[in-house]
This record gives sequence, structure tokens and C-alpha cells, in this order.
Amino acid sequence: MGGLFSYFANLFGSKERRILILGLDGAGKTTILYRLQVGEVVTTIPTIGFNVETVQYKNLKFQVWDLGGQTSIRPYWRCYYSNTDAIIYVVDSMDRDRIGISKQELVSMLEEEELKKATLCVFANKQDIEGALTVTEVANALGLSSIKNRKYQIFKTSAIKGEGLDEAMEWLANALQNTK
Amino acid sequence: MMKRDKKEDDNGGLNPFSYLEKTSVLQEGRRFNETPINPRTCCHILTKILYLLNQGEHIGTTEATETFFAMTKLFQSKDVTLRRLVYLGIKEMANIAEDVIIVTSSLTKDMTGKEDQFRGPAIRALCRITDTTMLQSIERYMKQAIVDKVHAVSSAALTSSLHLARQSPDVVKRWVNEAQEAVNSDNIMVQYHALGLLFHIRKNDKLAVTKLVSKFSRHSLKSPYAYCLLIRIACKLLEEEGAGSDSPMFEFLESCLRHKSEMVIYEAAHAIVNMKHTTAKELAPAVSVLQLFCSSPKPTLRFAAVRTLNKVSMKHPAAVTACNLDLENMITDVNRSIATLAITTLLKTGSESSVDRLMKQISSFMSEISDEFKIVVVQAIRSLCLKFPRKHSVMMNFLSSMLRDEGGFEYKKAIVDTIIGIIEENQEAKEAGLAHLCEFIEDCEHTVLATRILHLLGREGPRTPQPNKYIRFIYNRVILENAAVRAAAVSALAKFGAHCEDLLPSIVVLLQRSELDTDDEVRDRATFYLNILRQKQKALNSAYILNGLQVSIVGLERALHQYTLEPSETPFDLKTVPLAVQPTQEMKTAAVAGEIAAPKATEKIAASRQDIYAEQLSRVPELANVGPLFKSSNLPIELTESETEYNVRCVKHTFPHHIVFQYDCINTLNDQVLENVTVQMESADGFEVVRYIPAPKLPYDQPGTCYTLVSLPDDPTAVTGTFSCTLKFLVKDCDPNTGETDEEGYEDEYVLEDVEIVVADHVQRVMKPNFGASWEEVGAENELEDTYALSSMKTLEEAVKNVIQFMGMQPCERSDKVPEGKSSHTLYLGGVYRGGHDVLVRSKLALTENGVTMQITVRSTDSSAAEVIARAVG
Repeated sequence: MGGLFSYFANLFGSKERRILILGLDGAGKTTILYRLQVGEVVTTIPTIGFNVETVQYKNLKFQVWDLGGQTSIRPYWRCYYSNTDAIIYVVDSMDRDRIGISKQELVSMLEEEELKKATLCVFANKQDIEGALTVTEVANALGLSSIKNRKYQIFKTSAIKGEGLDEAMEWLANALQNTK
Repeated sequence: MMKRDKKEDDNGGLNPFSYLEKTSVLQEGRRFNETPINPRTCCHILTKILYLLNQGEHIGTTEATETFFAMTKLFQSKDVTLRRLVYLGIKEMANIAEDVIIVTSSLTKDMTGKEDQFRGPAIRALCRITDTTMLQSIERYMKQAIVDKVHAVSSAALTSSLHLARQSPDVVKRWVNEAQEAVNSDNIMVQYHALGLLFHIRKNDKLAVTKLVSKFSRHSLKSPYAYCLLIRIACKLLEEEGAGSDSPMFEFLESCLRHKSEMVIYEAAHAIVNMKHTTAKELAPAVSVLQLFCSSPKPTLRFAAVRTLNKVSMKHPAAVTACNLDLENMITDVNRSIATLAITTLLKTGSESSVDRLMKQISSFMSEISDEFKIVVVQAIRSLCLKFPRKHSVMMNFLSSMLRDEGGFEYKKAIVDTIIGIIEENQEAKEAGLAHLCEFIEDCEHTVLATRILHLLGREGPRTPQPNKYIRFIYNRVILENAAVRAAAVSALAKFGAHCEDLLPSIVVLLQRSELDTDDEVRDRATFYLNILRQKQKALNSAYILNGLQVSIVGLERALHQYTLEPSETPFDLKTVPLAVQPTQEMKTAAVAGEIAAPKATEKIAASRQDIYAEQLSRVPELANVGPLFKSSNLPIELTESETEYNVRCVKHTFPHHIVFQYDCINTLNDQVLENVTVQMESADGFEVVRYIPAPKLPYDQPGTCYTLVSLPDDPTAVTGTFSCTLKFLVKDCDPNTGETDEEGYEDEYVLEDVEIVVADHVQRVMKPNFGASWEEVGAENELEDTYALSSMKTLEEAVKNVIQFMGMQPCERSDKVPEGKSSHTLYLGGVYRGGHDVLVRSKLALTENGVTMQITVRSTDSSAAEVIARAVG
């Protein structure tokens, strides 16, 4: 049985899954991308455009697109929607002022036809900072409960400390394997 | 496999991309969106897109943007070839697609990444998509890249900085320290590029450039390329300063003649021989270096040397004579380009006796060389004809046989130009030349040349002993050619009719046939000319057929446009249109000396300088009421020494009752801003300043213009005077770095050189093709006659030149050329006086023991104009 499972795992592993990391500027998307790829915290500058890297998680290969979150860049997100398997939506849990904007962006993105089948994984990031919104507060602020017909989950993460990323990836890997 | 190869050979290397179609290629571009990416396929598609773009295919913004965004998806592949093609794609599309900044982060990552193959190209692509506002964000990376230890990266950053400096000079200026460090690199290319950037950053600061050159000419640079650049910079400095051989810059150039790299030696020699004011002594070492190159086994060196010598021989034939022996050896060089240049150089430096031999040699391989070199030969023949007028028959025959051979437009044009040039210089060659040209237009595929020759025939033909023999050639054009040539032929025929009474009846018959032509222009011309010719009045003939339109075309267009914008009851007055400026003799000789470059410039009928001025002045509202511009003075007069705090140059514009002085000022102090700048003028000769129009602001190194409007005295014969001029302004100190100015300023002034108004400012040169007819037409009503002794003149040529200069009139009938060995000469001058009055001058000059005696007769349609002109020389 185990042998059979690994056989399938290899079969799936040969196909790269496409993941988008989205979210407002300063949420920590680029830090998360490189934390996932090289396991380290790198210094980042505001992303003008995108970064794309291949991330190996266990025996799965992900092609991860980190798109810039500045207001001027957000309109271009849609150019990268097609063929997407999953979305990692990153929220700055400290940014209480803009969580409303974050919600609007999330809602309008989920309405896109091309993303209809994509799995959603929300990261309530920057949990290492004291006074951050809790996971439940973030979920409520984003109105996640009203999401229908979509596999989704929210995680509390800290990209700087590397906390919560493993669990999230584990969930994502399983979710993507089951869809195929 | 062998078989397939053979088949491909049979296809003769067919271009696999030749049948590409834009829409389908862009359609294929959508495959970039697929996952996973197939690098091979994508490379192929990208190549096709690049091919199309480089073929000049137009791709719309929407299509381009769509393709561009699809292309950005390719960043997910790590394939080296594909990524580098993507960089190329980004660069090509940077200006046609929108939102190209989307790849900024990806490129920034590549330029700082580990893969050296990506870094250089990524820098180049990034700099193409970055504008001034975005540049700040990558500045740090650029600075690092400039001093990177990988040469290719450093070079890419340096050259990209040079491009960026065009749009964001202020940002790039801040990278000077990094560039400074890169100059010390031990890589020849990095050093070269760094020097280029350093110079570019400092090029507006002459002192800094001088320091740069003297510093690097002492610390020897490693890179021969950098040396060549340094030579060019030094050369530019020398030119600007007008310094001679005692300058340290020149010493540097000379020292480069002893450099170990051939490239540097050649560059230095080339620089020295091309300097404007080189003397024979300065030239000698450079020429001897080139002479050594002439016997080099490398064809490129031989070619470079002989090509440069060829150029030198135009200005300093004597200096090249020393190389004659080496050049003789090269006339049989297997490389025909070298041989051609060697022969044409010898033609310029050699003696009259060697001409025949060399011509024979060159005609033996004329058919083997390309048009470009044939043109070189033609130009050599042209200068030869000027030097040895007696050889014109040999030359003419040679030219006419070349005219019969195959050749492109440029080549044929060069021959026709040369024949026309010879005809104009040499009366004896006229008939033979015209005959050759007649033969040429019988089978000429170039409309431009045919019309030009027809125009020439119309001008020169009627005055030959047998005008009737040209009629047949011209009339053949009416029957056989296209509309433009037919129209030109009709005009030429009309000139014969107007000039030669005995031919008139036949001409009328020929023109009548053209009244039924299918083309409007041809028909209109024929009808117009017929009606005038039938009047049989000399005055009409010369005004409407022989003299043609004298006004400036651009000016006419503007005046007509103005007239249609403001409809008025009065009919359009052609007198209000500025006259066309006749090219002066100096300009013509300059055109001959510059040979290749100059004709192209004069060819354009584009707005002449005067038309540009008229346009500028019409935009100044304060000058709206002074009437149409009559004349603008030729070259601007410098009112300051060079290298002073302020540079002021003056141009005089003559209007019916006013003169406008235009002052182009430059402030060369970077810590000052001048405001409210005017030039105050004072005169004792009855001229009154009506108004000053200030230049509001004069920042450092940005030209500004102010005007002074002066009204002419009431007395119509008082037209000359001298003005003392002072530049007045408000000075505000400013910080040279930030450009911030102080609030408070203070008044200051600066004394300029005097400005004069002379007779020539009131006269516009106008060519009267048939002076005799015009002379009769104006009549003796306002004729004035006077005799002067010009004791300071020693020769007739000198007198002729001075008289033309004083009066500012156009010599007609080529009377400005004094035949050799004559002791008397008659000069005919034509012009139009301010207010639109025709003025004609007949000046009889005789050489006496005490200089030149001149009897001058002036005719004009206006009495005061005649008086002014008659007194001009006195």
C-alpha cells in the first residue's frame, strides 16, 4: 500500500503546481516566498512586478508567484490568474487600518472566473508581534465564513520566525493532491 | 542525413523566417502562458517575434502589451537561452508595450543574482524599462554593478548608465565615484566604458574635462579603446579652444603617434589631420605615420590610411605629396577600394601631366568597384577640373562615358553635379557639357535629375550660339516622359521662346500641343507661358518667364496661410513675402570642400535660416506691428569675447521701417541666474529705440533671447549707423548644485561690443538670370552714376569681393569671376532694397597704377534706394 502511495506521489510530483501569493503591500509576501524556498529570512524591498520561484515541499514541486501588493501593481494580478491551483493570501495582522481594503481585494479576486477552482489559503501573518489581530479576528474581518464552493483554510503565521508555514504547506499539499 | 543537407543547400539558404505573418506569430505567443513551459518551443516563438520587430513590423500597443505579459511568464523557466531571449524581448518591446515596469523586480533579482550570464543582460533590460521616477529605487544596485568584479556586469552597467544619462542626467551624475573607480579596472572594455561615462557626466564643465584629459594622459591607460576616446575628447577641446600646437593637449595627441597599439596611432593621426587649423609642420608626423600604414600587410590599415590621406589631400595636397610613391604602389592593390582611393588621392596631389595616365588606369577597373567608390572618383575629377581647367575635355569625355554606364541614383547625381559644376566654372566647357547632358536625359530614369537638367538647359541653352539644337532634346521629353518632367520641359521651352526671338514662332507651336496635355500642371504652364509669349513684351517675359519666383517658398506658404486665416478685401501682395536668400559664394565653396556631407544639407528645400527667424519673430507679440520681415543678417555677430561670463550674439532683422536686434545670450556662470535681461542701445545717428523686449530669465547654460526694436530715421537716405550696447539685468545668486536662487537680487550691467547697421542690411540679394533684360526693364529714370578710386585695392578680384560685400547684392551673369590676366572687368549686381524696390548695379572696374578705379551706375525703381546704393562704397 505504502509503495503504491509513493508511486502516485511521484506521479503527482512530476507536475508542478502553480501557486500565487497575493496580499497588500508590506504584508510579507516576498519574505514568505524566500522562507519557503531557501528557509531563510532575506532582506526585501517593495516588489515592483513579481518574483517567481520553484519551491520543493516534501516530494511536491510548487511554482510560486509572488506578485507585488502596491496599489499601482494590483491591477496586474489578473494577468497571472490563469492555470492557478492555489492562492496564498497574506494579511498583515498588525495593519488594522487597511484590513478592510484587504477584504475588498480578496473578494473581488475570488469573483474572477479564472480562479474559480483555486484553493485558498489565508496567512494571518506577523503573529510574532504583540497586539496583532488573532486568527479569528482576521477571519471575521475578511468575512471568510461567507465563502462558498471553495476549499479554504486560514493559518496564523510568522514569516520572520518561520512559524505556521509548515502546517500551512502541509495542508496545501494535501488539498492539492486530493483535487487531482 | 547527408541527403537532407544537400537538399537544404539546393534551397540556397532560404530564410526560414521569410514567410512569417504577424497575427499568427502573436497567436503562437499565447503558448507562453502554458504550464509547464517548453523552453525549446518558446525560444523559437520568441525568436520569430524578435525577427518581426527587427524587420520593422508595426505591432499595436494592445497586441504588444498582451504579448509582453505572456512573455513575463517565461521568468518561471531557468533555461539560460530562453531567459536571455526574454531580456531581448523586453528591450525590444519596452517602448511599444504598456506597463513594462512589471518585470522590474524580476530583473533586479537577476542583476544581483548568482548567474553571471543573466546579470549583464538583466541590467541592460532593466535600464530600458526604467524611467526617472523609478530610477531612484534601483540606484543602489546600479552603483554596485558599476564596480562589480565581473567585467561583463560592470561594462553593462556603465553603458546602460550612459543611456540613462540622456533622460535622467541628475541621477547618473551621482554615480561619478563608482565610474571613477571603474576607470582603474584592468579590463580594457570596462576602462573604456567607464571613461565614456565619466566624460559624459562632466562634458558640460570644460574645466573638469580638461583636468580629466590631462590626468589620464599622464597615467597611461591600459585600454586602447579608452585611449582612442581620450584622443577624441582632447581633439574636441582643442577645437573649442582654438589652441595651437603649443597646447599640452596637442602634445598628448602627438605622443599617441608613438603608442604601441595601431588603433591608437591611427586615431591620433586621424585626429591631427582633421583638425581645422593644422599647419603643414603639425601635419607632417601624422602623415608619415599614415605613410607607414600604407605598406602594412593588413588591408584594413592600408584602407584606413589611404582613406584618411585622400581626405587630407583635399585641404593640404602638398602634405600628401610625400606619400606619392607609396600611393603609386597601391594603385594596383588587389583590394579595389584601396586602389580607387589611392588613385583619386594621386589625382589631387599629382601634376597635370600624370592626369591622363591615372585616368586610363582607373577606367580599367571602373566596372569592378561599387557606386560608393565611383562617387569618390567623380569627386576627384571635379576637384581636378577646378585645378586644371585645361583638362576639361579629357574629364568631360570620361564623365560622359560614366554617365552611359550602369549606376544608381547617387552615382548619376554625383556625375551630373560635377558636369554642371564644370559648366559653371568654365565657359569653354559649356557646350560640350550641355551636349552630354542632353544625351543623358534621352535615357534617364531619375525624374529629379531630368528636371534639374531641363532647368539648366532653359537657363543656359538660349544664350549659346546655336540655341535651336537643344529644342529637339527638350521636346522629346514633352512627348515621352512623366508629368513632372513634361512640366519642366515646357518651362524650359518657354525660356527659349522668351529669349530668342527667331525661335518664338516654333516654340509657340510646340507649346500649343501641350495645351492638350493630360496633366493639369503641364497644361497650366503651357497656357500661362503661351499667353505671356504672345504679348511680346520684354518686361513681361523677364518678370514671369526668365526670372521666375524670387520669394522664399516657406515664407510664401506662411504668408498665404496667414492671409487665408484673416480674410481681407485687399488682394494678396507678393511684395510682403520675404525673398529667398541666395547662397553666398562662401557657402558654395564650403559645399565643394565638404563634398560628401555638404550637398545633402543644402539639398533640402527646408526652411532657410531666415524663414526660421521669421517664424520665431512672429511669435513675439510685441513685434506684431512692424510688418513683414525683409531680411535677416547672415552670420550672428559675437558681441563678447569667448570664455567670458556672458556670451551674447546679435542678429539684425530688417523690417520696412524698423530694425529688430535679436540678442542670443548664454549665462556661463553656474552660481547666477539673470532676470529681466535687456540690451540697452544708444546711437547718435538718428535711430531711436522704440522698445526693449527682455528675456525674463537666464539660468546657467540655457540660451535665452531678448530683442531691441529700433525705428529708422525719417530721412530715407540715412540708413547707416553705429550703436553702443550694454547688457542690463538683475542678478540673483544661486546654489550651483540645487539650483535654488536667493530671493533678493541686484541690478548689474555688462558692456558689449558696438553693433553697426550697414547698407547691406537693407538689401536682399536677388539673382537676375538675364541681367540685360532686367536693366532695360528698370529703365534710366532713377539712374545715378559715380566714379571712385579704390586706392586700397590691389587686384580686381579683391575689389569685386569688397564691392559685393559693401552693397550686399547678388552678382549676376557670373560676373563675380574675374578672368585671368584682364585689366578691366564689369560687375553686374542685382538686389531688392528695403520696401521692395529693385536695384541693379553695373560697376566697371579698371586696374590702374594707384589701385582700382570704379565707375558705378545704379538703376532702381526708387530714387532714394539708388542714392543709398551709389554711396555705399564711398
